Amino acid sequence: MPCPSETGPFGRCGTAAAMRRLLRQFGIVIALMLIGAALAAATPSFFTAANLINVVRQIAINGILAVGVTFVLLTGGVDLSLGSVVALAGVIAAGFAHPGDYPVVVAAAMGILAGTACGATNGLVITRGGVAPFIVTLGMMTVARGLALVASGGKPVSNMSPDLTRLAGDILGLPVPVLILAAVSLVSWAFLGNTRLGRYVYAVGGNENAARAAGINVNRVKMFAYTLCGALAGLAGVVLAARITTGQPNAAVAYELDAIAAVVIGGTSLSGGVGGIGGTLSGVLLMGVINNGLDLLNVSSYYQQIIKGIIIVGAVWLDRRQKE
Amino acid sequence: MCSQPHPPIAAAAILEARNVSKSFAGVKALADVSLTLRPGHVHALMGENGAGKSTLMKVLAGLHAVDSGEILLDGRPIRLRSPREALRNGIAMIHQELTPIPDLTVAENILLGHEPAARLLGWIDRRALRSEARRLLDLLQIDLPVTGKMRHLSVAQVQTVEIAKALGHNARVLIMDEPTAAISDREVQALFNVIAMLKQRGVAIVYITHKMDEVFRIADSITVLRDGSHVGTYPAAGLDRGSLIALMVGRPLGAVASKAAAPKGETTLSVRGLSRSGAFHNVSFDVRQGEVLGITGLMGAGRTEMVSAVFGLVAADAGEIRVAGVPVRIRCVADAIRHGIGMVTEDRKAFGLVATMSVQHNMTLASLGDCCVGPLIRRAKESAMAGAGMRTLAIKTSGPRQAVGQLSGGNQQKVVIARSLLAGPSIIILDEPTRGIDVGAKGEVYALVAQLARQGKSIVLVSSELPEVLMLSDRLLVMRQGSVVAELDPSRTSQEEVLRYAMPL
Repeated sequence: MPCPSETGPFGRCGTAAAMRRLLRQFGIVIALMLIGAALAAATPSFFTAANLINVVRQIAINGILAVGVTFVLLTGGVDLSLGSVVALAGVIAAGFAHPGDYPVVVAAAMGILAGTACGATNGLVITRGGVAPFIVTLGMMTVARGLALVASGGKPVSNMSPDLTRLAGDILGLPVPVLILAAVSLVSWAFLGNTRLGRYVYAVGGNENAARAAGINVNRVKMFAYTLCGALAGLAGVVLAARITTGQPNAAVAYELDAIAAVVIGGTSLSGGVGGIGGTLSGVLLMGVINNGLDLLNVSSYYQQIIKGIIIVGAVWLDRRQKE
Repeated sequence: MCSQPHPPIAAAAILEARNVSKSFAGVKALADVSLTLRPGHVHALMGENGAGKSTLMKVLAGLHAVDSGEILLDGRPIRLRSPREALRNGIAMIHQELTPIPDLTVAENILLGHEPAARLLGWIDRRALRSEARRLLDLLQIDLPVTGKMRHLSVAQVQTVEIAKALGHNARVLIMDEPTAAISDREVQALFNVIAMLKQRGVAIVYITHKMDEVFRIADSITVLRDGSHVGTYPAAGLDRGSLIALMVGRPLGAVASKAAAPKGETTLSVRGLSRSGAFHNVSFDVRQGEVLGITGLMGAGRTEMVSAVFGLVAADAGEIRVAGVPVRIRCVADAIRHGIGMVTEDRKAFGLVATMSVQHNMTLASLGDCCVGPLIRRAKESAMAGAGMRTLAIKTSGPRQAVGQLSGGNQQKVVIARSLLAGPSIIILDEPTRGIDVGAKGEVYALVAQLARQGKSIVLVSSELPEVLMLSDRLLVMRQGSVVAELDPSRTSQEEVLRYAMPL
């Protein structure tokens, strides 16, 4: 229930409304803290520096993907091809990263380029062809997986230069993938809040017709979102390849679903126009903490899947209820 | 205003609306309206666009709940909470936009939702389905193959299927919203035959149309609505075309804003031979600096499509647009904005506002480039721009960050207007700028139009509200069925004359 327009943020609506507002804005952060506190109480090994670094290390790849797909979801679209694109980018990067082959920068760039190309293709077919994003990216899911298998001959691409595997190492005790995620998030967050194109992303997702009537080139905005999402999937693929020291054509299956789930838990609307990077990071972190906690509590991985599924639906259900 | 006494009619009322009122977001759509429907009687509902006809029908069909007043069925008060409930009580509506299921057969469409079926598993008895559909079509003397796909039927045929469907629900009240808007004259005659059948069967019919001749051909009584109020109910035989039009429009002009006494300058916008197949045809006009060009017509006359083409929202097939004498190509809205054309679109929800964004972000959306350094938005500049817009138009908000969806209709409309003004246009197209806003806000919009004209802007004002266009325009174009049929001098014409041009014959 919105406050009457005359009252301030904490005006006559009273403390109950203020609480609701607080919960709406920071509900996920509060949930994260509660779950963290519960885990810290339940098991001594949760709240240790080593474990917490482990948590963020594990979420880095999902985080990079989630930030990318946040842009797409904000425009009201969807990208189902992420997992396959991750695999393709990993295979390509690994193929350029045999010792003494190319500089590691080239290998990483080629991986990111492969992802960018997939994303741009998605965007092109969606905007020029007018095909639904669900279908286009579903197609790309298969195509990119096939390309990864073709490029690798169906076998893992191994013999990777240690220069590239260093991307999965540590700097000053912090995992490099986490630093990459932090940088990507920071830039994306600043971009969405402070640039024209960032504003247009929200406008297109909020009401495409109104955006068009305001003179915004809707297709260009969508192109941008899908291309960026692909590029970040490429980056995630390079990081994954570095971590497992091979280009695995069969890796990262269904990663897109984890990424989308995290974004949605973070409050970004699947119909577009609402949400942002802060929410996405919280969602990623929440999923990571729950995974980690269940591991620490020795919950079987079968049950973990069930619990994760329930949490995804429950979080979105709660979010909807609050907004009504 | 009093209704004239009803002529004595033998049959008791089936359905009655008594003193019904209904508001949407603070805007009165119906105020104290009454309607009595009797078996075998065709009751025409007349009024200008926005008079409240659709709202009244939707109340009767269970699509809207009333704020006050009551609905009586066979003399007993009843609450209709959904179209389904209305249908169960024998009230059916044939919408203007028909919604058949194209790949089901005629029979399946007629009996959709109450197919003859075995009690166990709901297995459909196809033979019974066909014969029941056949029976219903026969009652109306309609010849259609019941096993044919809906997809292959014409609009008129789909309409008759809808009527048969209503009969299948044992409808005693049938509401028809402009049933002849999209069908040919020959088909109209066939429809009237069907209506005659329905009358014989004792069905009460509510008939909405803009076509005068039809009303006098089939209506037994006529209820006229204006601005949501009940002007009166009259026996059709007691009215003629002229007196009916007078009843529909005959309001004294309300808030009087002084007409833009602006000096007229050079021609800024010239449109020549603009056409789009199926929407508008060979439209030409000029607008000068400081001039307000009114464009009116009934719904579906092609006004909105035509000005949307000038603004680059839809593509034109042919024609030329000149801005300040120079031919321009407008392929998208950005082109139009670059050439100094701004537009306030008709449908606030669909084309105007981004409901998920704040007041400020909505306002600056079309002119974000003006408060950017490179790709970066300068917040201070943006706030200043939005603040200026809010002050100029006196937009009432709790602040620039308020969600735009929380504003009243009038303030939402001002946000849309502010957005197009912030882009600094010299030519402003206003499409139904006062639809769905209250009287006070209307007055403010009128004053703004006059002020913009005095500032030397060229204004194209599209409106169905005749008093409004007559008061504000320097010249008035009337469109009918996609063409400009008249150019009138607003100071010398009358609403009656305008309507005569606007009405399809």
